[in-house]
Amino acid sequence: MSEEKKKLSLIAFSGDFDKLTAVFTLATGAASVGYQVNIFFTFWGLDAIKQKKGRSFIGGNFLTKIFGFMMGGLHVTPTSRFNFWGLGPRIFRYLMRKNNVATLEELVEAAVALGVNLYACEMAMHVLGLKQSDFIHEVKDTLGVATFLEISEGGRTMFI
Amino acid sequence: MATHTLDITNEHCPMTFVKTKLKLAQIADGDILEVLLTEGEPLNNLPRSAKEQGYNVLEVKHLEGKIHKVVIQK
Repeated sequence: MSEEKKKLSLIAFSGDFDKLTAVFTLATGAASVGYQVNIFFTFWGLDAIKQKKGRSFIGGNFLTKIFGFMMGGLHVTPTSRFNFWGLGPRIFRYLMRKNNVATLEELVEAAVALGVNLYACEMAMHVLGLKQSDFIHEVKDTLGVATFLEISEGGRTMFI
Repeated sequence: MATHTLDITNEHCPMTFVKTKLKLAQIADGDILEVLLTEGEPLNNLPRSAKEQGYNVLEVKHLEGKIHKVVIQK
């Protein structure tokens, strides 16, 4: 095929279970039908790519460590509605399994297997005291706005 | 040239496409992949997206009820 590959770039700002499910559903679906997919994780969205999937005191100082603990990782992401102190995501996971719909964790695995490009926001990492080594190995790089604009150029971009 | 089968009749979006794409990545060039799928989104889009990605869609056949077979050559 001579024409350039179609491209989808997602800005994953939210750390909510349901919105991250939307991010990874779009990312894996698009990658499967031949798109080049980039996800730029920033602020709360960084929770999705942390190595520690539960709660842990990661961060550079006392305050960011407390933040790190409260934000947590992929397994403890809250739903944007009906969270019920953490019960909401458990109910959704149960319903997804029961209906044979991929769970958030399965979608993240699929995104990695499909070669979706994962990037972390350098500025948000700095604020939250996070290092690239705090993230899963598949995170390709830490970026700023200028580089994100360059890699997303010519494709579609969505903010979730 | 081997023939492989993939049943995605019980899968939902986006795993219908994800499983097909990962299977196509696994098999050798020239191999055949027979995908069993259901009407609607998978049947409407899978043959088209396979063609767009440069694969050869050899056959789209109705089997029974809502189940169809799409034969793709890598």
